[in-house]
Amino acid sequence: MITYADACRVINDSRGEAVSVSTMTQTKYWNQISSEPDLDVGIANAMSKASSVALGVALGDPERPVICLDSDGSLLMNFGTLATIAGMAPKNLYHFVFNNGIYSVTGGQPLPAPGVEYAKAADACGYASVHRFDDVESLDSALPDILASDGPVLIEIIVNGEPQTEGVDQTWESNARLPQQLRALRKRLTGTDDWGPGGPYI
Amino acid sequence: MINGVLHPKNVVAQLVQQGVSHYVTLPDSETAHMYAALMAEPSITIVPVSREGEAIPVAAGLFVAGQNPVISIQNAGLYEAGDALRGLALGIGLPLVMFIGYRGHNRKGDTPDSAATFLEPYLHMWRVDYLVIESDDDLDRVPLAFERAAKTNQPFAVAIGTEYAKGDE
Repeated sequence: MITYADACRVINDSRGEAVSVSTMTQTKYWNQISSEPDLDVGIANAMSKASSVALGVALGDPERPVICLDSDGSLLMNFGTLATIAGMAPKNLYHFVFNNGIYSVTGGQPLPAPGVEYAKAADACGYASVHRFDDVESLDSALPDILASDGPVLIEIIVNGEPQTEGVDQTWESNARLPQQLRALRKRLTGTDDWGPGGPYI
Repeated sequence: MINGVLHPKNVVAQLVQQGVSHYVTLPDSETAHMYAALMAEPSITIVPVSREGEAIPVAAGLFVAGQNPVISIQNAGLYEAGDALRGLALGIGLPLVMFIGYRGHNRKGDTPDSAATFLEPYLHMWRVDYLVIESDDDLDRVPLAFERAAKTNQPFAVAIGTEYAKGDE
């Protein structure tokens, strides 16, 4: 088993200037250690869609690596994304799936099928390569080569479940974070600050 | 569906004129010929998705990376994509033109297809502005959709109220 904190740490050590698109519990740990916060997007308020946003960024900026920090429950909710990503075959997309078998954010209820092997599913859909890790040393040593290989790659990480005991606060500030991050990322990727305010939060 | 004639090549010409880079889509029976016409247009990349709920998030990612995507899904698929519309279009202020197949549409308002019955109330409920295209004569409205989306930083729907013609027929 790997902890969220260790997994995020070793991924960040190897990310370079990759865009990151994260979701759920990973976002909390990623925000604490990320070395490139203006290349980070934490998908809140749109459960399951991190991999779809990451695919769009990867297709739109094919020279830049894009890492997606997805989770098992989110992926189950958007399972067709595996076929969509495999079909477009972006060489710069690295799809991490944190597998703990539970819905952490809502208190630790089990997934409908906790034994799903996401690496095998991605392989069956046609990802360029897939990997599965349950100890941090193996993950750490393999990541540089994985991130130097052609995508799309799925990296399944078996993590300790961390059921959240407190509810999620929905505030105007917390909901403004995603549109602010997306605008900062567009500015970083395009060099232009041309996406003005829109929607209820900014 | 009404009997207006809408040629895919004319819609593709509008997309090219607007500088569209990617066409994110889950094909439906009404827009099958549009897909074929797009295959012949090298400046636009087709991005097929497995379920309509993926279309808006993929388009959001493309836009963030500096591209100019549109999506094309059926009205029934737009209902499936409701949470993505809420969180990753309306919620983030995404200027996105959404081509929506208006399955079951007719001008008499008497349709047995609930996919048609609910489309316009659904768009009103989400506060999404829209226009309806029923033939080539309506295509001068397409630039308005792009203009409004860009001006408001909000999604704008173009409901396709007729089946695309096959080729030049």
